[in-house]
Amino acid sequence: MSDAFVSLTDLTLSYGKTVAVPRLNLDIKKGELIALLGPSGCGKTTTMRAIAGLLTPSSGRITIDGRDVTRVPANKRGIGLVFQSYALFPHLSAFENVAFGLRLQNLGRDEIQAKTQAGMSTVGLEGFEDRKPAEMSGGQQQRLALARSLVMEPKVLLLDEPLSNLDARLRLEMRNELQRVQKETGITMVFVTHDQAEALALADRIVLMKGGKIEQLGTPAQLYAEPSTVFAADFMGFENIFATKGDTLVSDKGSLPLQFQSTAEQLAWRPSGVAVGHGPYTGRVVASSFAGGHREYVIDSALGPVKADASIDISEVVIGQELAFDLPQSTARALTK
Amino acid sequence: MKAFPIWLILGATLTFLIGPFLIVIFAGLSAGEALAFPPQGLSLKWYAKVFTVESFRASFALSMFLAVFGTLAALILGIPAAYALNRYKLPGAETIRTVVAAPIIVPGIIVGLSLLRYFVVPLNVSILVALFVTHTALVLPYAVRVVSSSLNNLRADMEEAAVILGCTRLQAFIKVVLPNIRGGILAAFILGFVASFNEVPASLFLSGPGVRTLPIDMLSYMEITFDPSVAALSALLAFMSVGIVFLAERLLGFSRYV
Repeated sequence: MSDAFVSLTDLTLSYGKTVAVPRLNLDIKKGELIALLGPSGCGKTTTMRAIAGLLTPSSGRITIDGRDVTRVPANKRGIGLVFQSYALFPHLSAFENVAFGLRLQNLGRDEIQAKTQAGMSTVGLEGFEDRKPAEMSGGQQQRLALARSLVMEPKVLLLDEPLSNLDARLRLEMRNELQRVQKETGITMVFVTHDQAEALALADRIVLMKGGKIEQLGTPAQLYAEPSTVFAADFMGFENIFATKGDTLVSDKGSLPLQFQSTAEQLAWRPSGVAVGHGPYTGRVVASSFAGGHREYVIDSALGPVKADASIDISEVVIGQELAFDLPQSTARALTK
Repeated sequence: MKAFPIWLILGATLTFLIGPFLIVIFAGLSAGEALAFPPQGLSLKWYAKVFTVESFRASFALSMFLAVFGTLAALILGIPAAYALNRYKLPGAETIRTVVAAPIIVPGIIVGLSLLRYFVVPLNVSILVALFVTHTALVLPYAVRVVSSSLNNLRADMEEAAVILGCTRLQAFIKVVLPNIRGGILAAFILGFVASFNEVPASLFLSGPGVRTLPIDMLSYMEITFDPSVAALSALLAFMSVGIVFLAERLLGFSRYV
């Protein structure tokens, strides 16, 4: 790809003899917001550390803005990294935390002052200059860590699980904040997360990783609607995944006849894609929970447990009752493996 | 009545811990000529006399020198050692830890004897150098231990953050690690200082004409002169130790690190 700003080519990363990421290829465009998504141990953090220069690849190449940085040490790469723990300097004030990197650059006093001030106001921390990190809330610490990286005007900003240490409300706020900062600065961002909702909400493109390899790469809409593998579907909330054998759906619990023709090896439905209250199949409700806009049922069928979301308009089905349902073709997602 | 044994134990403990200290203070306040308790009359003359004894002045200076510079040397060796043991998975790290702790475990009398027999005599090392090396080695375990526990509380990603912001590893250590383990270093210094200043068994073997540490000098003074000035000096030294620890507690919360 010619418009790649960050390029990982045949990147192999290992810890000792254990290969964590084998031959990874990834191109990131300038100004893009990329999510490295996957469960723990999938190699997402390892990949991010390699881009930052904290981990030397055992082979392969990393280029940033046309320059091969594979052997460039972390302190000369022009990369920003916001750590999951924020890694703020506890002995320095908020101002000095933000100014830390600038002071290493032999800038004039006024310039450091101006840039630090601007950085603090970008993240809405004016007035907190003299606070120590320990005297700030989790959300403020997060902003401070962000400001500390942003004032360095990095070519790429890496964020490790940026929202994982925040409570639900702050998380939403910070998510908007990150998007706003990204829009304002046009900076290329790569963030690591295990939370698919976070990746879907924030990223321009999602790199779904599994076992050190890219499982699927695409826009949030693509990944959400069209996961191509069982792993991707599972990660994207297709909670009902069954193998097909000719005209039947099979699981290790049993089978059900399929109502339509399919050549796919696996078929998957979201709970919201399962029709409830009518249909050719029946099962016994074994769990029922109210989830605000809908009810979540677990139906024990001949195929084993099926998760289904039902509209609250339909009268509630109590546990133990029989319930008709359908696994319709319209909401089925065909998977390859 | 149930609380009685507890109070008894507490009372006995305090008596045996603080009692000797009180006896020494008062024995030094005696107006008489011999070291005795209870003191015969009260006067400060023995406290005053301590400062006029020439050999006390010289040995105090030597002990001070050893305590300050021996501990500093131990810290200069011990901080990087603690850092390396803490941050890197070194082969044989446990062995290194044990070796570093050895001076605490091996009886000082054996350390002193073997140093004299196999280091000072055959190599013709001056007593001063031998004392300096010995005190540095004896303080090293404190330096490594205390600084290690300080480093344990410091997350490694802070250094990585500093490196990403443009620091070299050394700059990251100086700008980020050192300021955050300052308390631990000071605690190690105080512990080391006190341990070195009070050291007797090893220093006993490493004394020469005119070169002896203060505790050794006090021992030999007592063999010749049995007046209360030694008690007065002991009391003064105890006050010095207490003062140092008190200040450290006040300024740094010393007990957090020990």
